[in-house]
Amino acid sequence: MTKLQNAIVGGVRAVLGHVPASWLPGGTPDPLIDKRVALGRQQSRVDGPDKVRGAAQFAAEVPMDDLLYAAFVHSTIARGNIADLDVSAAEAAPGVALVMTYRNTPKLGVPPTVGLTNLKAAGNHTLPIMQDPEIRWNGQVVAVVLAETREQADHAATLVRVRYASAPARTRFEEGKNSAYTPESILVERNRLDKGDARRKLAEAAFKVDAVYKTPWENHNPIEPHAATIVWRDGKLIVHDATQMINATAGSLAKVFGLKADEVHVSSPYVGGGFGAKAMWDHQILGAAAAKLAGRPVRVTLSRASMHRLVGGRMRTEQRVALGADAEGRLKALLHHGYGVKPRHSVCDEGFSLTGRSLYASESFDVVQHYVDLDLLANSFMRGPGETPGTFAIECAMDELAHALGMDPIELRRRNAATRDAVSGAPHSQNAMMEAYDLGAARIGWSRRTAEPGSRREGEWLIGMGCASGTFPFTRMPGTSARITIDGNGDAHVASAAHEMGMGTATVQRQHAADRLGLPLDRVTVTIGDSSLPFASFAGGSSQTASLAAAVSAASGKLAVQLMRLAGNDTPLAGLKPSEVEFADGGLRSVDDPARHESFTSILRRAGRSELSAIGESGAPLEILKFSMHSTSAIFCELRVSDVTGEIRVDRLVGAFDCGRILNAKTAASQFKGGMIMGLGMALTEETLLDERTGRIMSTSLADYHVPVHLDVPDIDVLWTDIPDPRAPLGARGIGEIGTTGVAAAIANAVFNATGKRLRDLPLTLDKLI
Amino acid sequence: MTIRVNGTEVSPPDDARVSLLDLLREHLHLTGTKKGCDQGACGACTVLLDGNRVLSCLTLAAQAEGSDVRTIEGLAGEGDDLHMLQQAFVEYDGLQCGYCTPGQICSAIAMADELRRGDPSYVTRDIAASPPPVTRAEIRERMSGNLCRCGAHNGIVEAIEHMLRETAA
Repeated sequence: MTKLQNAIVGGVRAVLGHVPASWLPGGTPDPLIDKRVALGRQQSRVDGPDKVRGAAQFAAEVPMDDLLYAAFVHSTIARGNIADLDVSAAEAAPGVALVMTYRNTPKLGVPPTVGLTNLKAAGNHTLPIMQDPEIRWNGQVVAVVLAETREQADHAATLVRVRYASAPARTRFEEGKNSAYTPESILVERNRLDKGDARRKLAEAAFKVDAVYKTPWENHNPIEPHAATIVWRDGKLIVHDATQMINATAGSLAKVFGLKADEVHVSSPYVGGGFGAKAMWDHQILGAAAAKLAGRPVRVTLSRASMHRLVGGRMRTEQRVALGADAEGRLKALLHHGYGVKPRHSVCDEGFSLTGRSLYASESFDVVQHYVDLDLLANSFMRGPGETPGTFAIECAMDELAHALGMDPIELRRRNAATRDAVSGAPHSQNAMMEAYDLGAARIGWSRRTAEPGSRREGEWLIGMGCASGTFPFTRMPGTSARITIDGNGDAHVASAAHEMGMGTATVQRQHAADRLGLPLDRVTVTIGDSSLPFASFAGGSSQTASLAAAVSAASGKLAVQLMRLAGNDTPLAGLKPSEVEFADGGLRSVDDPARHESFTSILRRAGRSELSAIGESGAPLEILKFSMHSTSAIFCELRVSDVTGEIRVDRLVGAFDCGRILNAKTAASQFKGGMIMGLGMALTEETLLDERTGRIMSTSLADYHVPVHLDVPDIDVLWTDIPDPRAPLGARGIGEIGTTGVAAAIANAVFNATGKRLRDLPLTLDKLI
Repeated sequence: MTIRVNGTEVSPPDDARVSLLDLLREHLHLTGTKKGCDQGACGACTVLLDGNRVLSCLTLAAQAEGSDVRTIEGLAGEGDDLHMLQQAFVEYDGLQCGYCTPGQICSAIAMADELRRGDPSYVTRDIAASPPPVTRAEIRERMSGNLCRCGAHNGIVEAIEHMLRETAA
């Protein structure tokens, strides 16, 4: 990003610093923070019954006549050109309808790239897609085979012969560091932060730690492979996709194929796990191009290997953190420098260096991150982008500092917990990280921890406990909209092109709409997952619930105005202004005189209407530029390390979260646990293995990329402060990402406590402990 | 020879390469059985073959000739009724995205039979004890071939415990 962006964001923040908080979104706290009936309860997910009986239909399962199956051929070199290409055997194979290569691929535009300024953009890289013989990463698609059956397509793909002319490729991290580049900004923040002469304060500090922490390339590996069932019908492109970016995908496909916005329809009611991966990559574009060329519908289902070759993962990082403190443990200096692999054609930032800016009140900061440009597949956002690797470095360093000081790690954090934004000075909207620590410490029994590393042993097992902070910023996306329709029975129907990949989107918004409209749950339905519905931004950055909540809330306000207009003068509500009524008991009533009430059905019937709709939109999120809005957590771990094999067994995980109000205790607990389990995998087993000689990923299967299995996952306790954030819709900040942050550090810190060995290089595999 | 799928006789496919998984999903449109990796590493495609759990992606359709295949669609009773374990998955929130869920459920049903039968596992302390005690460690070990990426593991184990409790009574 650019200097211009830094200037604009800085300017808006400066202006908002002088604008009264009451003028901004959340200036009047959402009444539903306290007035809750359905919200806050344990509510089973509405799509649960369909999912457990296998009736929820995913992208690769949409029935379609005359369907062709696609198989991809991937390049086996990292850089160079296709010198020779022989597709004759593949074309002659039984059932083959088409072999598409750069020679016959239709001309395709480059999709607009993901960003905060264009909500209809989903491109994850800026490279041309099968338009020329050039190879730009090892794994790039060089041929698409379409056949009548999947077996025929897979077989024919093996018959495509490609000879490459290799060119020198940059595939080695250490070499790439020498020519790393330094962006001006990371997401919406200025990259370089130099405040208060940190280098001098570090040199002069009574206590200091200074170490390098490494996190590997990781892949999301949702259990549902990326898939799309694609058909061109009357010049329109219809894509049944597995995506957390419905409208962005539709908008991007329109640009790529030169179509009008309403000529692309994307549907994605269920997504089989996303975690950042279910975005637009080359497969939807190639599938749509091949379907156009063949004149028939196409189903693309990526193999597990193709997922690793075509869909980017979390970048590898190497981070130096240096902390300086006085004898009381107060931070004098925080230095956080690092490298991450982000090829020039990538668009996704991994803002690991943002983590330390909000957590602690250091006197000075010296923070910057650099990107290593390699000839690799573009990286992507993955659960808790930035803060997940960032908390590993910062929170291990805090543990090291606590040990150097001889201080309890929780006490060190208590002494440094920020009471306002440590960099900008902006006030917190709400922050109770230390209350989360108190909750978590009590639950795990922190008082049982012995400070002396390696001092607890049971047989071959060394036992340890560790803790770490997690954090993730609040985001609310502008532009997300929702429609509320009241039907003739007085029931409400909410619709938005939002996404469900396991978060419980419809479940929670149904609770929300019921409370917002004064209806019982069973009189509200929620429809999501289709671009024909009112516009919604992506499901990402823990933004969807807040954005949708703002949209539903805005729609309800418009609905009230329309109902009052419709009600006219023959109503108990006559003479009242919309601001003087509220939703209650299936209708509207006077705030001051609850006896003055008229039901939806009565208003509609009298007006001769069968239904009434209103659309509302989430407005500009100015609150996040005025306030420091971050969720925080305290993660605790108790584990055993075998001094014979080096095996780590995590026996307990506790996560205590300060994320504002919790909207559904059941689905929220699952979200937190799910995030923590991804953190557990990050800590212990997950690593995408790259052959640096060839730029080829070696771990392209679930047998080689190890996600946690049942036996790895202990009972996990999750707790929350449930303190409302007055600036957030429903008082709730997002909860999807934060679960992953802090977990790897808590585990590494517990390993240190158990063994006295400080591991700074993830994953914490056995070989590093023996 | 035919294959009996959820009680219905179906013909094996003409193409010998077709896996049981693709027969179910692409030929019979029984898409409740999921394809997660197509190489036997994730368990999403687990179905019951003559009552035993198998990975349908590693089973050729032809191998199922003469056998009885039960899929997620064949577990529930008539109408809207759910199988006890399906209901427990909803109640204990043993799912998020729902994609690994049918495989988890089919796997757990056969696993319960294996436990009752007395099959020991890696975590069974006393392999002479029959049947092995129903502990969370036993359930976890025996379910470790079914991956879940959303992280619904705790809920899945609780749902299975619920079923084992109810059926033991």
